[in-house]
Amino acid sequence: MSAAARRAFAPNWAARAGFAALALYVVYATAQLDLTWARLSIGFGEAGRLFARMLPPNFARWELLAEGMLESLQIAVLSTALGILLSLPLGLLAARNIAPWFVAVPVRGFIAVCRSLHYVIVAILFVKALGFGALAGVAALTVASMGFIAKLFAEAVEEISMKPVEAARAAGGGTLAVLIHAVLPQVASRFTGFCLYQLDSNLRNSTLVGIVGAGGIGGTLFAAFKRFDYDFVSAILIAIIALIFLAELLSGRIRAAMR
Amino acid sequence: MLAPSPPLSIRGLFKEYVPGKPVLRGLDLDVEAEGITAIIGPSGTGKSTLLRCINRLVEPTSGEIRLHGENLAALRGRALRLARRRIGMVFQEYNLVERLSVMENVLCGRLGHVALWRVFLRRYPQADIDRAFALLDAVGLPEHATRRADALSGGQRQRVGIARALMQRPDLLLADEPTSSLDPRTAVEVLELLARLTGEVGVPVLLNIHNVELARRFARRVIGLSEGAVIYDGPPDGLRDAHLRAIYGGEDWL
Repeated sequence: MSAAARRAFAPNWAARAGFAALALYVVYATAQLDLTWARLSIGFGEAGRLFARMLPPNFARWELLAEGMLESLQIAVLSTALGILLSLPLGLLAARNIAPWFVAVPVRGFIAVCRSLHYVIVAILFVKALGFGALAGVAALTVASMGFIAKLFAEAVEEISMKPVEAARAAGGGTLAVLIHAVLPQVASRFTGFCLYQLDSNLRNSTLVGIVGAGGIGGTLFAAFKRFDYDFVSAILIAIIALIFLAELLSGRIRAAMR
Repeated sequence: MLAPSPPLSIRGLFKEYVPGKPVLRGLDLDVEAEGITAIIGPSGTGKSTLLRCINRLVEPTSGEIRLHGENLAALRGRALRLARRRIGMVFQEYNLVERLSVMENVLCGRLGHVALWRVFLRRYPQADIDRAFALLDAVGLPEHATRRADALSGGQRQRVGIARALMQRPDLLLADEPTSSLDPRTAVEVLELLARLTGEVGVPVLLNIHNVELARRFARRVIGLSEGAVIYDGPPDGLRDAHLRAIYGGEDWL
């Protein structure tokens, strides 16, 4: 065999076939969904008109805006606090190196259920169960926070060094004393990080649950959309963006201080 | 303090991690009220298992372990925790909580005594704090109380480990390869410290150690283990090359 025939890289036929199939499916799906340039250009035109009507933002109804934002903020803070309180024991019980398997496995299952549904769906369920208003929003976001923090916290606990745990047990420490002295110090800073991240996303999420009637600025936003008050819509959007920026700034500061 | 019978008495201690493959095979051992008893033997021969059976970090398969008459092997729950408070342990890799301060690590020795809320709020009784400071002075770390454990060198960490064990006012101290992670000079210094401080309060020490020379130098008695059974038991100067060959096997390394 000549030297030129030797291949340095084997052809990956599976990858080539996969990319070809993906390209074909994209073409097929585009045709199926009737996505055409004509529709896109009409859409861009409409969007231009929408933006034109959004400007300038109208803060005349600032009281309504402030009320909604405040409610969203309260939903976010309350649900994060409740979620943290509940996720602390849940996370410890779900950690397989701390809890016995017959506890860890069902708790993990419970956490998985909390995480399996999107929070908007959970919010719809709570609106049906508890009625319209902030209570449903707080409940929905608490479930979401609990699932998120508990899962990550359990994983962090599973990564700790068991050596200090062994030492604390050898000194005669009871289960809770060992947790407080040897487990929590190893995961405290990561736990704080998860909580800050969850507060961040709850601020965002709390602006949305209102759309399904679970309280907060989302309801005001949705109503403004339906009444074609686009200048008020843009005022609400600006307020939400400002709030998220502020939260980002604050949690960044706290994170830096924790290091 | 001194009991007429040996404070620690082990009878027929069996341990198998895998059924049918015993690590300890019916071990009998008495430990006197004072001084260092060194346990030497090849890796995997059950030295660590023996120490961990005594404070029940490892569950013995069968046998009796009596500390001042009480059978540790039969204890459960609260009784076991109360017994563990009387047994200090020093670990090869120090087993400190790295993110906590030296003082907090030393006070870990009081975990079995102090109320939970005090542990949580770090409101330890003043007597404990005074004793912790005294122990930090004794192990030569008077200025280090508020430093984080992960800021210390290996030798300093092991000194904290010794202070933590003595904080318990133990009836017995278990030291599992306390110098294996240290350089030779620090190893000697740490063992000197361990011998001096435990000698002052008359606490017997059970010391696992790989270094035969150090065992000879610091121990009052040497026990040679091989395959879970006692090969040699006697004073350090009675330990001959023939014993070492029997304990570790082979010829050429001596």
